Amino acid sequence: MAVFALIPLIPLIGFLINGLGFKNIPKSAIPIVAVGAPLLSFVLVIYTFLNFDSSQPQVVQFFEWITVSDFKVDFSFQIDQLSLVMLLFITGVGTLIHIYSIGYMVHDEGYGKFMSYLNLFLFSMIILVIGGNYLLMFIGWEGVGLCSYLLIGFWNQNENYSNAARKAFIMNRIGDLGFLVGIFLIIQNFGTLEFTQVFSQAGKFQSGDTVILAITLSLFIGAMGKSAQIPLFTWLPDAMAGPTPVSALIHAATMVTSGIYMVVRSNVLYSLSPFTLEFIGWIGLATALLGATIGLFQNDIKKVLAYSTVSQLGYMFIAIGVMAYSSGLFHVITHAFFKALLFLGAGSVIHAMGGEQDIRKMGGLWSKIKITAITFLIGTIAISGFPPFAGFFSKDEILAHVFEHNKIMWALAVLGSLMTSFYMFRLFFVTFKGQFRGTSEQEHHLHESPGSMTLPLIVLAVLSAIGGFIGMPEVFHFPHLLNSYLAPIFEGSKALVPNFGEVAISHSTEWILMVVSVGVAIVGLFSAYFIFGKNGSVPESDMEISGIKKVVYHKYYIDELYNSVFVKPIEKISTFLGSVFDSKIIDGIVNSIGNIVVLISEKIRVIQVGTTRIYVLFMTLGIILILSLGLIPQILDSMKVVFK
Amino acid sequence: MIENSIEKIPDVFLQVPMVNFILLATILFLIGVFGVIIRRNAIIIFMSIELMLNAVNLLLVTFSSYNSDINGQIFVFFIMAVAAAEVAVGLAIIVMIFRNIKTIDTSLLNKLRD
Repeated sequence: MAVFALIPLIPLIGFLINGLGFKNIPKSAIPIVAVGAPLLSFVLVIYTFLNFDSSQPQVVQFFEWITVSDFKVDFSFQIDQLSLVMLLFITGVGTLIHIYSIGYMVHDEGYGKFMSYLNLFLFSMIILVIGGNYLLMFIGWEGVGLCSYLLIGFWNQNENYSNAARKAFIMNRIGDLGFLVGIFLIIQNFGTLEFTQVFSQAGKFQSGDTVILAITLSLFIGAMGKSAQIPLFTWLPDAMAGPTPVSALIHAATMVTSGIYMVVRSNVLYSLSPFTLEFIGWIGLATALLGATIGLFQNDIKKVLAYSTVSQLGYMFIAIGVMAYSSGLFHVITHAFFKALLFLGAGSVIHAMGGEQDIRKMGGLWSKIKITAITFLIGTIAISGFPPFAGFFSKDEILAHVFEHNKIMWALAVLGSLMTSFYMFRLFFVTFKGQFRGTSEQEHHLHESPGSMTLPLIVLAVLSAIGGFIGMPEVFHFPHLLNSYLAPIFEGSKALVPNFGEVAISHSTEWILMVVSVGVAIVGLFSAYFIFGKNGSVPESDMEISGIKKVVYHKYYIDELYNSVFVKPIEKISTFLGSVFDSKIIDGIVNSIGNIVVLISEKIRVIQVGTTRIYVLFMTLGIILILSLGLIPQILDSMKVVFK
Repeated sequence: MIENSIEKIPDVFLQVPMVNFILLATILFLIGVFGVIIRRNAIIIFMSIELMLNAVNLLLVTFSSYNSDINGQIFVFFIMAVAAAEVAVGLAIIVMIFRNIKTIDTSLLNKLRD
């Protein structure tokens, strides 16, 4: 039995200890279990990573899980380059966020519960990426959805938070249905769910085959729900109701990227369906722009980051849409670093401000909480795409592939990148520069967060700064470590698509593209500086917003649209069914049956006189009746004889 | 098999047809049934029940003899034993009823209705 079976098992044990022993475990023991579990997993992942050197995926089958005639699903784990890369940053970033949570949640009465949920989430996420077939991936997929629900609604005394949790769950369910349909289609057309078998059989289909089209589109609907793409993205900003470490871990770094993982995992199928890829690309682009424009005017520190996440997820899907799978994955990794950093930094700011999330009431925090401010600045630079920080390399790689694929798409993506730079620096300047605008009580309360919170910030800041070096562009004459490591994953696609993964643009074009992306980042930085940074001006209050800005500020009224198109009619139908169908028809049937019984009983209760003799009489008559029933055929026969 | 058993049947049974026994048993049984239904006196009802039991016993013995099968007669002994036990219990109940309401008229015992 391979050692990596323990990788998901350890967080599960951690969950069981803290979850079952909730309220009975001493408070000092909780963090040891809760942080020890992911840390141990992380060590095991590194061990596996160092010992893994085959180009073939290593599949370990534990037992036959489901067997129905000749269809069979194994309980198997698959370790290959893709799952290892995912595992590395899931357990790595996960461990850091667990450490952070110790400091952030220690005063909460549900401390142990929270930590056990985090462990459960990590378990599900590991199952998602380590599972050797689509069904096991689906188990993890549902598991992370459940944990997301539990953690968004963690402070469930607040009704808005519970509603946000429900919204996230329901939107995810819509996507999950698509995923499930995709799984059924795979069973129908391939007769198996094992990754290795499905992908080796995929070659029998022509490029653009309708079967593949249906499968890939269904699976992508699942990814839309989980990775917050148009039209199923509105749950993610609401999901910020959860505690900040949750937003960092689940709704920025790991869970929301599982859609990208799933598509990259199925890259053979997607490469066979150019239409789906084109569709994914445009959906991703639309999401990237929509998220970025909404992010421009948000005033809640976590909401800005949430829309930024939506937008960055859009970029990852653009990369997939132009068949730059490894670039998409590269952005997943760098995004996990800097977005986790930004969210944790935001959490630290909120912690210092005593729960305040509105950036208009902050300001001038630079000198007050120095470590948070510096790490936040590093995160901001990284996401805006300044070299040599992590975001620059991954975003630039995506943009280069997009440029090669479609120039209009590229121009729009660059526009989105300009907006990214602008809203991130706007957030930074308004929060950390200028005058403090909170209450004097808050000013007195201002303090740097404890070491357990600043340590993850520093580690993540370092990773955000240097994380990009695993994927250097070709012009720098450094090896692209990530691409060459991941190469075996894309063998299948390479065999099916002739010119897969070849970059046809010249070095000079690549330089120009790089200069353009750095240029727009600088433009974003300076426009944010001149509007908000220089004279310390503040975004106007809700009342003063007008015109098109108001539409964007209110998220294009998409929530209201969904509300009137989907929620309200369903509510109407439910009310109708409840008040008319249920109370009249269903209850009517049930009640009338009861009434009939009562009516009949009233008529025949007179024969119940209570005297034994009468009962004996009825009994005797009954016996005579039953016996004579058996005699009827004989009587009829004898009558025939008589009348003949 | 049946021919063999006929040989073993005593002569007296061959002279009296079996239907006579069956008719007698039926008449006894019906007397018992009507006794239970019509009479009010608990003792009489009790006797009627005994009459029904013995009608059945008679039938069992009859069939047993005519078929040369001993099982029926063994069964009769069981019924007799059970009937004796039942009489003991039943009479005790009747005594208790009499002590409580100073009568054994069953038409007064109509509390089952409530």
